[in-house]
Amino acid sequence: MKGSLSSPKDLNEYRKSIQSTKKKFEKVISVCGGTGCHAQNCVQVREEISRELDERLLSDKVMVKFTGCHGFCEMGPLVVIHPAGILYVKVSPSDAQRIIESSVVGDSVIDELLYKDVATGKNFEKEQDVPFYSKQKRLLLAMNGMIDPQNIEDYIAQEGYSALVKALFEMSPEEIIKEVEIAGLRGRGGAGFPTANKWKACRRARARDNIKYILCNADEGDPGAYMDRSLLEGNPHAVIEGMIIGAYAIGATEGFVYVRHEYPLAVENLLKALEQARQLGLLGDNILGSGFSFDIKVSVGGGAFVCGESTALMASIEGRIGEPRVKHIHTAEKGLYNRPTNLNNVETWANVPIIIREGAEAYARIGTEKSRGTKIFSLVGKVRNTGLVEVPMGITLREIIFDIGGGMANGKAFKAVQTGGPSGGCIPESMLDTPVDFERLTEVGSMMGSGGMIVMDESTCMVDIARYFVDFLCEESCGKCVPCREGLKQMRFILDDIVSGRATGKQLELLKELAEVVRDTSLCGLGQTAPNPVLSTIKYFEDEYHEHIEEKRCRAGVCRDLIEYQIDADKCTGCLRCKAQCPVGAVLGEKEKPHHIDLSKCEKCGICYEVCEFGAVLRK
Amino acid sequence: MEEDVRPEVQVMERYGYERSYLISILHEVQKEYQYLPEQALRNVAAGMGISLVDIYGVATFFKAFSLKPKGKHSIVLCMGTACHVRNSRGLLEEARRFLGIEPGDTTDDLLFSLDTVNCLGACALGPIAVIDGEYHGQMTPAKMERLLKKLAKEEGVRK
Repeated sequence: MKGSLSSPKDLNEYRKSIQSTKKKFEKVISVCGGTGCHAQNCVQVREEISRELDERLLSDKVMVKFTGCHGFCEMGPLVVIHPAGILYVKVSPSDAQRIIESSVVGDSVIDELLYKDVATGKNFEKEQDVPFYSKQKRLLLAMNGMIDPQNIEDYIAQEGYSALVKALFEMSPEEIIKEVEIAGLRGRGGAGFPTANKWKACRRARARDNIKYILCNADEGDPGAYMDRSLLEGNPHAVIEGMIIGAYAIGATEGFVYVRHEYPLAVENLLKALEQARQLGLLGDNILGSGFSFDIKVSVGGGAFVCGESTALMASIEGRIGEPRVKHIHTAEKGLYNRPTNLNNVETWANVPIIIREGAEAYARIGTEKSRGTKIFSLVGKVRNTGLVEVPMGITLREIIFDIGGGMANGKAFKAVQTGGPSGGCIPESMLDTPVDFERLTEVGSMMGSGGMIVMDESTCMVDIARYFVDFLCEESCGKCVPCREGLKQMRFILDDIVSGRATGKQLELLKELAEVVRDTSLCGLGQTAPNPVLSTIKYFEDEYHEHIEEKRCRAGVCRDLIEYQIDADKCTGCLRCKAQCPVGAVLGEKEKPHHIDLSKCEKCGICYEVCEFGAVLRK
Repeated sequence: MEEDVRPEVQVMERYGYERSYLISILHEVQKEYQYLPEQALRNVAAGMGISLVDIYGVATFFKAFSLKPKGKHSIVLCMGTACHVRNSRGLLEEARRFLGIEPGDTTDDLLFSLDTVNCLGACALGPIAVIDGEYHGQMTPAKMERLLKKLAKEEGVRK
């Protein structure tokens, strides 16, 4: 890598030299190295491909790139061959040889490795034609499949850091804030607060010793969400570039990224990216000779959900217990170390270079009137095509789940989609045509949140889901204020009673009342939004609550105390499989004779149901 | 005088004794010992000039830290929403039954630790179990039992 760059001209020349070096390669094989693909052995796939290229002496003509998450995690490990854009899915290390033979040395396509649409049986050759990708608008995620996150040259070759040059050398701080305002950028962390307003407040705030901070919230705590993880892992420089521009606009000298310890690869890639940016003079003293100095430190979290809250996050960076405080005085005036502080989340920061580079008007054309741009969602749960999707605001939930997501897996019926994490709610089928934007999702009793989108089908129990979230929040409540600490606990007692069939109708009323009190009186956002999952499931799925309470029945077959496993003697072939696997010896019977379950021993783990190949085990 | 080579001292030095790195320091100390021993916490408190009660507060507030020794094998189950709707609780029940311990605990023979995390961010592959650092996606209770049995057999223990 090059030494320090001291002017925009240096950067431009460096970019040109990288681009011309890259032209030497005829083909580029991009192997997805996101966490999903890692779990599916992509490291070995990459090694085999590299080995194969070495053996054929192709290494100086064909480049192998280990990139960040491509998004289509369900189909991993993913391999894309450029420039043709051929997408191979579920690639195993043993496929390396034939991939090189057919599609790198030759120009043919291996049909078995292509994505096949289950509904139509059609094969798709190119990444951009696959329905999962074709309806998306990949503004932030576009680079994920193109660049090696551990190599700053890749980012620079894709016009990286050109927005920084424009900001530092052609714009005043006020103009940058104005640009972000015209773009209509709103915080992607959940609440959707206008980013420009936050920046203005912090810029205006007086610093007693001229020190202001900007922070990046990468404590992606919402369960079922991994957008920020994939951005930090796959394209850390976009976040860094956004932060430097923000720091210049606000007048900050120091920044922190607060990242979850559960994301080791994100921490690693981020640290490498910061080091490389520093070496090139894009970070640190006198950035690109502009006279502006700014640096970023990385602060690793300790696994506390509440630390996603701004004041708790700041306490944690200071090396203290991550408890929130009442915000009589805004953090824009007194935040980290009592100095003016601006906090945005990963995805918000990653939007900034795009706005500056492409211009606010172009950006603002995407989305709806009050929610501009795109939003990344993690589309997970019972949907067929799970993965990360980036869509323009205003797209309907139905389009995301059925067109991009391919509908339900296993042919079951759709029941609900949960957005907004533990602060959000469950949205029923009747509302699937709701356009996705900040206001509309709040109107239907949920919220945008950070982008988790968990799809549920008829085998998901909505009371159990409410209990799950309350349980989660009980564990994560920091304990500082009484309504959250004690109120949630009481709500959990009631929900425990309901799912085990012990509850009475009066308890449902009490649950609603408690939910309202917790919402209205808690200190921070965690408690104030904690009742949403309960209130929204009562609102849309009250029938299921009544079935648990009055009929002692769980229609989804989830609540253990309300179900029983039985063996259908007509279907049972007496294969002994369930008997052998039952961990508590509750299955009785002999070979080739119908088995039965001793209900007094059965612990309802469902292993017999899972292993039976004849559908003879029934759950009632 | 002999040089002080205790791991926590080296860690603190690497981070310049800066309090804003306290959580990172504790993470690294934990990596050395597999948990946070009392003496190490005392040394960190003394080294950084922070009262022991503050260190103890941070070490017990954050879920990532353990003040008890951990087992040789770590079994971590993701309890995120995406994993939950795909029956992560079934995995937890199975692991709990098989090992006879609750989440957060370690077996008496110090062979197995069972822990849960809120979300690993690998939601597309749920439910997920991480056994000794290796991710296992699309798990089921029966697969869980098989994996645990295999581990127990390798260790020569009957479960």
